Order: sequence, then structure tokens, then C-alpha cells
Amino acid sequence: MSIFESVSLAIKNIVSSKTRTFLTMLGIIIGVAAVIVIVGLGNGLEGYVTASFSDMGTNTLTVSVQSRGSTRTLDVDQMYEIVEENSEYLDLCSPTVSMSGSIKIGNETMSSTSATGVSEDYFDIRGYTVSDGRWLQYSDMSQRSKVCVIGEYLNLAYYGGNAVGETIRLNGQSFSIIGVMEQEATDLEEGGTDDCIFLPYTTATRITSGMVSSYTITVQDETYLDESKAALEASLYAFFSSDDFYTVSSMSELLETMTSMIDMLVYILVAIAAISLLVGGIGIMNIMLVSVTERTTEIGIRKSLGAKERYIMEQFVLEAALTSALGGVIGIVLGYLLSAAASVLIEMLMGEPITVSPTMFAVGLAFGISAGIGIIFGFLPAKKAAALNPIDALHYS
Amino acid sequence: MKPLIEFQKVCKYYQMGDTTVVAANHISFQVFKGEFVAIVGQSGSGKSTCMNIIGCLDVPSEGTYLLDGRDVGQMNKNELAEIRNELLGFIFQQYNLLPKLTLTENVEVPLMYAGVSRGERHERAIKSLERVGLGNKVRHKPQELSGGQQQRVSIARALVGDPAVILADEPTGALDSRTGREVLAMLQELHAAGHTIVLITHDNSIAVQAQRIIRLEDGCVVYDGPANAPEAVVTPKAAGV
Repeated sequence: MSIFESVSLAIKNIVSSKTRTFLTMLGIIIGVAAVIVIVGLGNGLEGYVTASFSDMGTNTLTVSVQSRGSTRTLDVDQMYEIVEENSEYLDLCSPTVSMSGSIKIGNETMSSTSATGVSEDYFDIRGYTVSDGRWLQYSDMSQRSKVCVIGEYLNLAYYGGNAVGETIRLNGQSFSIIGVMEQEATDLEEGGTDDCIFLPYTTATRITSGMVSSYTITVQDETYLDESKAALEASLYAFFSSDDFYTVSSMSELLETMTSMIDMLVYILVAIAAISLLVGGIGIMNIMLVSVTERTTEIGIRKSLGAKERYIMEQFVLEAALTSALGGVIGIVLGYLLSAAASVLIEMLMGEPITVSPTMFAVGLAFGISAGIGIIFGFLPAKKAAALNPIDALHYS
Repeated sequence: MKPLIEFQKVCKYYQMGDTTVVAANHISFQVFKGEFVAIVGQSGSGKSTCMNIIGCLDVPSEGTYLLDGRDVGQMNKNELAEIRNELLGFIFQQYNLLPKLTLTENVEVPLMYAGVSRGERHERAIKSLERVGLGNKVRHKPQELSGGQQQRVSIARALVGDPAVILADEPTGALDSRTGREVLAMLQELHAAGHTIVLITHDNSIAVQAQRIIRLEDGCVVYDGPANAPEAVVTPKAAGV
């Protein structure tokens, strides 16, 4: 008897008791669907985080420095020198000065708008473009001009889209708006990416009478990010003769940490979902044992007609494996449907587009495990069936 | 001529708790090709044990059972399954058809285990069903048939592999007397066509339909001879011997 015959026999038996087969498969269906959705969700979350971070630039390093007492202070020119020294690795550099003073348009005070002092290179570092007017220039830095570039949100909300040439008040000083940034985020909102003001860092330090303590630096090649970071740190160490006065961090480092945290979370959730697969497998074993008892006479008849133990065994193992594998397939379909539904739901509830995308690996794994479970948990009942004595089996009722 | 079935001092013991039950006590007989033999006995006489051993469902505890010259006692489970498939056709009291399968599929089962191809199997099953007069019901399920018809299906299934021996275990036990007679007539037809038939029964009136009777009592052979002799149907005990 060929394996093909055994398969068709098993299919016949599965089809002939649909309700029972379905209930038997339920554990596997739920387990497989859960694994697929969870892996898909983790995948989507990771994609979302990666996308958010790459918006901020994965090719940038952020340096923050403190002055060492009154003797050793790293000023902007010295920082530019360090970047120049490491031009093999480092490309553009911009000081970033966060302003904390009041921002006023007319009589209205902006509370959520961010104002940052930057250099003319910041525009390229972030990849921003100007939709109207111009970006800050080197001359703005050297002359400490009271000019600024604003985000699209402020432009539309307060200037009716014609902000260039108008003024805005920072810490009581009037700045003329020379440019408007193109919209960055998908939605314009208060406190969002487009609710911002950029002014020359030189002007910013003068107004706040502060120090430049933070820099954003791009690397020449993203693949050598770690080396670039090391080179920059070495130069800073040489300058301060200590590593207590500066920190260099990269977005990709942060991204890595986030991704590994998400991965960890997904592993734990998948492990929990896998328990459902195990329970499903035990369910299959249970039903198969009942089935063997129910079909004792059938087994006896088959044996008396010349079925070898191997054929009986094959029949029951295949039945369990096929039931389980079928559950796996249904689970995969359900998993995909749930993933699609979850994507829509997340977008609706959170307004953030996280695509729950099942990986082929997860699908393959889930299917493999479910078929494997059928074989493993079908083995014991099949063994029991095959070992039945034909005489006893024939007289069983 | 070599006997088809040969029992040489066959014994069968069963362990029932602490006591050993002797189900067959040095039984010896031979059945030749083309014979129609009835093995008769009351319950507990050892006829079921004989039937199990002849049917290769069980092996003797002692003694030798040769089927077509092959020593069955030395065979493992797989070889027993093979020899059942190849040399024996079973007809059971309860028909023992598989309820989920159609008549054709039921009759095909022994051929499937013999490794016969799908097409040939189907063809032979239909031929066999036609032979027992059920050629018009091949797609039916067993439950849709009367008892007599179901027993004919099981005869068709027993015949399909062209076995050396047809082993009928109380084939009329579940039937009314008229259908019972029909089934017996069919067995006689098969005998006339040259098949070797071993019939197991407790009923003398059925046993006398055979050509030869082997009577068992308490695990021993008490009569072995023609079915038409008076001693064949009268037990020694009843005759006061």
C-alpha cells in the first residue's frame, strides 16, 4: 500500500467528521494565528521605530559637551577643528542651541513651539527643504542676524501661508522670517515637527547668553558609524584629557537598543502563543486516542484483512498530522486576516501607521511546528492502534 | 497431495488469572483443497480458538499449524498479516463491513493491502460484487442494505483476493433462517466452483450443509468424518457413549 493511499484514507476520515476535526484543530488554529500576528506586530513596530529614527537621521552623531572648570572650554571653532581633523569620517557639523525663552507672534504666546539655534549646515544634515524664502546662511552666523526660518505649521496657522517678511518675537527681540520649511510630518499639529523655529546659533547664544553645549554631526559613511564615533571620541578625549566632559551618541545605537527590546518582547509573546500550540497538540492526541477506541472494530477488520501494523500506524499518524497541518493552514489564513485587521485598527486608534506584516519565516515556522505537533502527538495513539490484537479488536463492541 | 490446512497436535493455553485454560488440546486434522468442512462445537469447545488459529489471527501454544505447507507458528505479526491477506478470506457473523466506505471500497480493502493498483482493484471488486448478485448496488453504503445483502458483500470481500481458504465464522448467526439458507447456498456454490471452505458453527443443522464435519468438545476432536453419517450430528455424550 502506497503512502498516497494512506493519505487519501486519512483525508476521507478527516472529512467524514468535520465538526470534530474543526474542534480538534481549534487549538492549533489559534496558536498559529497568534504566532503570526505577534511576529507581524513586532515586525511592524520595528519598521515603525526604524522609520521614525531614520527620519531623525541614522547617519548623525550627537555630541554634548560640558566645560571643564573655567580652564578648558570647547568652543564652536574648536569643535569645527575637530570635525575637520577627522574629515575622513566626519562630514557636516552644526551646533544646536535649544531656546527656552518666550516666543510671541503678535500678542499670542507660543508654548509648544521649539526654537533652536543652528548653523547653515543643519539644513543639509536633516535633509530639510525650504518651500518659501531661503535657509540660514554663513553670513547670518557671522553677523548674528536676527533672522529665522519657521515650520509650515506656524506659517499656515499664524501667517496664512505668507510668513516670509513677517516678524516673530523671541525673548522680547524681533526676528524677521526669511524662510518657511517644507512640511515634514504627515499631519500638521501643535507641538509637532512643523511647529518649529530655526535661528542662527550665534544669535541664539547671544540672546540666552549661554554656551553651545550640543552638536549634531553627520558621518561620511553610515557603514563606518562606529569607527566614526570612535574617532570623534578620541579627539574629544585628547582635548579634555578625560572622558567625563562629553558624550557622543548615535541614533542607530538607540535604534539598536529599541529593536532588541522589541525583539525580546516578541520572543516572550511568541513563547506564550506557542503554549497554545502545545495545548492544541495535546488536544489532538486526546481526540486521536478516543478515535482509536471508537474505531477498534475497524482496526480489527483491517488487520484481519491483511493490514500490517505499519499501515495502521501510518493511517493514524497521517490523520493526526493532516488534521494539525490543516489547522496550521487555517491558522495562517486567520493570522493574515487578523494582521490586516490589526493594521487598520492601530491606524484608527493611534493615528500611527503600523503595518502588521507577517514574515514568511513565521508562517513557515508556524506551519512546520503544527505539522510536527500532529506527528508527535499522533504517534502515541497510532502506536496504540497498531498494537491492538486483531481478535480482541474484532470482538470489541 | 499436500493438505492445505494441517493441524499437528495443536494446543492453545490461555492464562486466566492463576488458572491456565486449555482451549485446544492436541487437535490434529487435515483439510485438502476443494473440501467444505464444518467445525462444530458448543461454546467453550475450542472452535473459536481453532478458527483464530486457522485464520492466522493467533498462533498455537504447542504443536504445528501448516497453512499451504508454511509453518504459521513461526511467523511474526507482519508475516501473519501478509498470509491472511494472501491465503484467507474471512466471512464474519457480524459481516464486519466498514460503515463509512461504499460496497466497492469495502471489497477493495484486502486488495489495497495487497498492493493492487487502483484501477485493477476497482474492476475486481465490481466483478466480485456481481458474483454475489450485488452488481447494481456498488455505490451504496453497508447500512443501506439488508443483513443478507451485507453478508453477501462480506462474501464478495472474502472472494476478491482469490484466497486458498474461505473461513466463515457463524456466517448465518445474525440472519433469519431464509436468508441464512441463501448464504449457505452461496457457500455451496463456491464449493462447487472449487473453493476450499471452512465453516465454524455451533448449529448442527448448518454444519450438515458441509461435506465433512469436525466436531470439537472441550478442546478435543470427538468426530471427524462425512457430514451425512449419523454420528456426525450426535455428540458422544448425547448418545450415551
